[in-house]
Amino acid sequence: MAEIQIKEDAVLDARGLLCPMPIVKTAKAIKELEPGQVLKLVATDRGSVADVPAWAESTGNELLEWHEEGQDFIFFVRKGDGS
Amino acid sequence: MVEMQRVSNQVGEREDVPAALTEEDVRRILRSELEHAATRDAGTKTATFIASKGTLDWAYPPLILATTAAASGMETSIFFTFYGLNIIHKDFERLLKVSPLGNPAMPMPVPMPNFVLGLPGMGPVATKMMKTKFHRKNVATITDLLASAQELGVRLIACQMTMDVFGYEPEDFLDGVEFAGAAAFLAEARRAHVTLFI
Repeated sequence: MAEIQIKEDAVLDARGLLCPMPIVKTAKAIKELEPGQVLKLVATDRGSVADVPAWAESTGNELLEWHEEGQDFIFFVRKGDGS
Repeated sequence: MVEMQRVSNQVGEREDVPAALTEEDVRRILRSELEHAATRDAGTKTATFIASKGTLDWAYPPLILATTAAASGMETSIFFTFYGLNIIHKDFERLLKVSPLGNPAMPMPVPMPNFVLGLPGMGPVATKMMKTKFHRKNVATITDLLASAQELGVRLIACQMTMDVFGYEPEDFLDGVEFAGAAAFLAEARRAHVTLFI
């Protein structure tokens, strides 16, 4: 996989949390950002691999990239204009 | 262009239809119009749930779905009816229990016949077991989920009729709980694409 350097504006550590808390906290964290800013989400919930893209699509935020790092799932979400 | 127009006229089509419009164009336009309509449709942004069960295990699904719906930008409400009222009762911590009796799906440390599961004390043991297991796995508590739901603006609505049947008063419920009946739920449900009875 090509290494793309994405610079985040905020980090949310959701490690150890299970459904629905990673999404609930992500929604809260993205609210604090300005459109175009990027949130880095670190989660250990395997369900977030399906849930974060689905949430991003239904809220008009853009999932730029995600990957696994050891036990962690790392997502970069850019805030859209809508939410 | 002139050539195509002539051909169209020959087969009796209307002259004002641009001859260059292909099937692919039509599909593309239709797709974008449909997407547009979906985003304008308020129903895609509204979710309403009925919570009818009052056990600890069944308190989770409506709260999980409602908090997630609200976190996904949907206007969300939950109607609590019958035993579901337990979930928003001020004393929910004590009221929400699980029973292993008549629930063959509940995992037990050792297999137990039903008559043992019916003995006094088995209910509290099962409730304690489930709470401990959830705690160990770091599942959100009902307290956490209720707090998140309220913070996200989920409307918690108690069914007035079942409150009257069970003898509950408005002050028996958490702050912020609203009170309504079937017509209020239906008014909400008819404009929501997501409606679930749990």
